[in-house]
Amino acid sequence: MSKSSLKQTLKDLDTKKISIRELNQDYLKRIKENENLNVFIHFSEENVLKQIDNLEKDNSAKKLKGIPIAIKDLFCTKSMPTTAASKILENFNPTYESFVTQKLLDEGSIFVGKTNLDEFAMGSATNTSFFGNTINPLSQENEPLAPGGSSGGSAAAVAADLCLGATGTDTGGSIRQPASFCGVVGIKPTYGLCSRWGIAAFASSLDQAGIFSHNVEDASILLQSIAGFDQRDSTSAKIDIPNYFENLDDDLNGKTVGIPKEYSIDGTPMEISQIWEDAIKVLEKKGVKIKNISLPHTKYALPTYYIIAPAEASSNLARYDGVKYGFRSDEIDSLDEMYENTRAQGFGREVKRRILIGTYVLSAGYYDAYYLKAQKVRKLIADDFNKAFKECDFIVTPTAPSAAFPLNEKQNDPIKMYLNDVFTVPASLAGLPGISIPFGKDQNNLPLGIQILGKHFDEQQVFNAAVSLERSYE
Amino acid sequence: MKIDKNTINKIARLSRIKLDDKESEDYIKDLNSILDWVEQLNEVNTENVEPLSNISSSILPKREDVSNDTNSSEEILENAPDKLEGFFAVPKVVE
Repeated sequence: MSKSSLKQTLKDLDTKKISIRELNQDYLKRIKENENLNVFIHFSEENVLKQIDNLEKDNSAKKLKGIPIAIKDLFCTKSMPTTAASKILENFNPTYESFVTQKLLDEGSIFVGKTNLDEFAMGSATNTSFFGNTINPLSQENEPLAPGGSSGGSAAAVAADLCLGATGTDTGGSIRQPASFCGVVGIKPTYGLCSRWGIAAFASSLDQAGIFSHNVEDASILLQSIAGFDQRDSTSAKIDIPNYFENLDDDLNGKTVGIPKEYSIDGTPMEISQIWEDAIKVLEKKGVKIKNISLPHTKYALPTYYIIAPAEASSNLARYDGVKYGFRSDEIDSLDEMYENTRAQGFGREVKRRILIGTYVLSAGYYDAYYLKAQKVRKLIADDFNKAFKECDFIVTPTAPSAAFPLNEKQNDPIKMYLNDVFTVPASLAGLPGISIPFGKDQNNLPLGIQILGKHFDEQQVFNAAVSLERSYE
Repeated sequence: MKIDKNTINKIARLSRIKLDDKESEDYIKDLNSILDWVEQLNEVNTENVEPLSNISSSILPKREDVSNDTNSSEEILENAPDKLEGFFAVPKVVE
């Protein structure tokens, strides 16, 4: 199945080879044919047709006019409910639009639906959603595979060609890992590039919006559209956003790539070490200097993350109390009972687990031993990258320690599940931009991903390296 | 074992999440295994290391000091599970 790219579709719309209506009807048809994948939490054909009607009446030129985009159901949207895949927000209809989705609407894109995710973005398989699992479109008939997570619905939507691009959020790998599992491109930009305003918060010092697409060029077009300063997010960066697409340059001659030795981890499947070596060889042929670097605190990134992220989550999720919006329990004999029953019935198991651990590490007597300690180790991890980037222009690693695994395989042991993020979490802690591109297959013909990391706000270098690797692989 | 029955009850209470006995048992097990695992951070010497709480390299920009009335009580109340005369309504607090 050959999928049209965003770049080509924009041309076809421009030359009237295809109309906005024809284009979107094609996507609507595929969405309906693929309902079994459970990609969307919210999909309404009527809503999409209404958007088409409105755009047809609109004569202004818009950069993404008529382009079908899927939105992770963590972004507040006025035109569709927003659930964060949680029962506690089952009936929540935002009265405002998130910064990122507003930008996409301003450019004229069409929202095909809200995609499934792990509840409040907490998970690596899109299997903690209140609305059921999403199935990886690359699954064989008899063995359904996980799409990765937490943005598994968005990754699957692109992989099944149900849209030309999708939004995601990445806290510890939630864009890059599902992109790898579903064989699509996924970019998490630098912390602060895209405003977090209107995104249901998980761990605010780590959360960042990003993009899924069929290829690197498309990702560069879409990322530019959602980036930008916003005074409603105090960590939003006031910088000029380059035209990533226009500036794409696959000539890497004279650049230096860093290869961190700490990312060779015992137990990593041979195939993954192999695609990593293949990528390095390709870069070498392109005149890139290979530099072995050391990020000595890498092994502490996961435990650091699994203190900081739940701590911030326990604080952020305190707002769901059954008073202002969302679900309220029926068992409400007193105010405290109302809180406790609402949260007990409204949150799923993984979310509760993280709230409990987060509350514990922030509680009196334990704050210094856990939370403060983790913040100090986080500083050392960020410093490792700062030092490394003095010697190289970008870093290349595998994206995930495995290809897509069967649904529910890793559900019982939380630590085993957390290990999925081993290659993605360090860059999240350091706030660095990272992209995952499909690069090679495993023995079952499932896609594997290569991750490229760059310096703060050097998305251009990340895109350049990615497009260069992508073009050599095609 | 760091987390016992009393501790889990205390954390659950602080988190305002009601747990039944089976759940408490499960979470005691989960939380202890996670806390044992994060214990490895103690291997790292963090003496004289500043804690990193904000990774953003951007400088907080100033804005004009002008009033900006974007709040509307009607919109804010739109999703409330229970409301009364322009306010959120909750179970009776004072006896």
